[in-house]
Amino acid sequence: MTELVVGTRKGLFVLEGEPGGPFEVTTRAFAGETVEHALRDARTDRVLASVTSPFYGPKIWYTDEPAGEWEQASGIALPEGGEAALERIWVIVAGEADGTLYAGGDPGVLFESRDGGASWELNRGLWEHPSREHWQPGGGGLCLHSIATWPGDPDRLAVGISAAGVWLTEDRGVTWRKGNEGLVAGYVPEDAPPEEIGLCVHRLHRAATRPERLFMQFHGGVYRSDDAGETWTDIADGLPSDFGFPLALDPADPDSAYVIPLIADTDRVTPDSRVRVYETRDAGASWAARGDGLPQEHAYLTILREAFDWVGEGEGLELYFGATSGDLFGSGDAGASWTTTATRLPPVLSVAAR
Amino acid sequence: MALVRLRAPLRQLAGDRSDHALEGATVGEVMRALEREHPAAGGWIVDERGLIRRHINVFVNGELGGDETAVGAEDRVDVLPAISGG
Repeated sequence: MTELVVGTRKGLFVLEGEPGGPFEVTTRAFAGETVEHALRDARTDRVLASVTSPFYGPKIWYTDEPAGEWEQASGIALPEGGEAALERIWVIVAGEADGTLYAGGDPGVLFESRDGGASWELNRGLWEHPSREHWQPGGGGLCLHSIATWPGDPDRLAVGISAAGVWLTEDRGVTWRKGNEGLVAGYVPEDAPPEEIGLCVHRLHRAATRPERLFMQFHGGVYRSDDAGETWTDIADGLPSDFGFPLALDPADPDSAYVIPLIADTDRVTPDSRVRVYETRDAGASWAARGDGLPQEHAYLTILREAFDWVGEGEGLELYFGATSGDLFGSGDAGASWTTTATRLPPVLSVAAR
Repeated sequence: MALVRLRAPLRQLAGDRSDHALEGATVGEVMRALEREHPAAGGWIVDERGLIRRHINVFVNGELGGDETAVGAEDRVDVLPAISGG
């Protein structure tokens, strides 16, 4: 049985089912609220959800039973008395150290919890970075949306910020440096001052068995880094578009990546009115379309950056993604074939599989 | 002291009571007093900058007010989510 924790524009949904089949909604929580991201921490079974009320601001909630009572986590706020307020928590990620989780949000902020998500603390190294005054927001705000941990080493993190690029730490967030060499921003003049170029990272993931390798979906580009995010190589050749948001990997294969291209930033729907996932098994040298079972005519879907996740690995890799149409799709055979997992949900913002 | 009236979900966060008698010379001061008295409501009305959140409306005796609106001891202060969206 696979469980999906799905964040939507109108609440959190928990679905259960077998790979390759339809899933059943077992729980809805936070009815009417925007749930940006939610997941079940496999280490503790605790479910955490980022909920952004338009009235009362962003919060993180946690529970051991999604259909039961939820507790509000403490510490999800910026320093009092400043000029900025926390706008949104985009993502929650399990850390490498016991009990550690990370949360990324707008305005380009990282929080860390060391007690399983009950309390959080702002990462001061990133918050007080001297270059912050030059950071520019992307269309969705100044969002820290990707947090790539390093298997076995809690000191090393890479984070992606739209549009402040990639940031790397090797001392558990005390100090940070940029990791942007090779990224090309096609949306600014080539002679723009480097510090004023907003680097619009859309999604970032690290290969589990070769952690110095990262894959990135950029705002116009798909990239790979083989040196832990120091430098990047464009691997978008062979894709119908280099624009898109989500990214998935096979944990067993460091040469694997899956993307779901959209036409362009000016037309953010699936190309050719068909839904296709693109898979590489050679680190981006070539791409293959995987559309068997996905809508192949008059399909104009938008899949957001957190709305693509996986569980398992190798031939048993399961992939799941949701669209703003409220449709959810899944594959139980590493993308070779797909089925409709659920329909008529509210617009899907995030998917977490377990 | 001003009478502050809350609705769900703020009511549940403030001791499960709608009505609260609170000190403060302005709307902002009264809201901060409410959050101090009921820490569970901290950050729900007033953000980190000390400002009332953009989509919360505070009415003083039925008239829409802001952070600096004066509040007297006999005044009634209603805290409501704004009508947002279309």
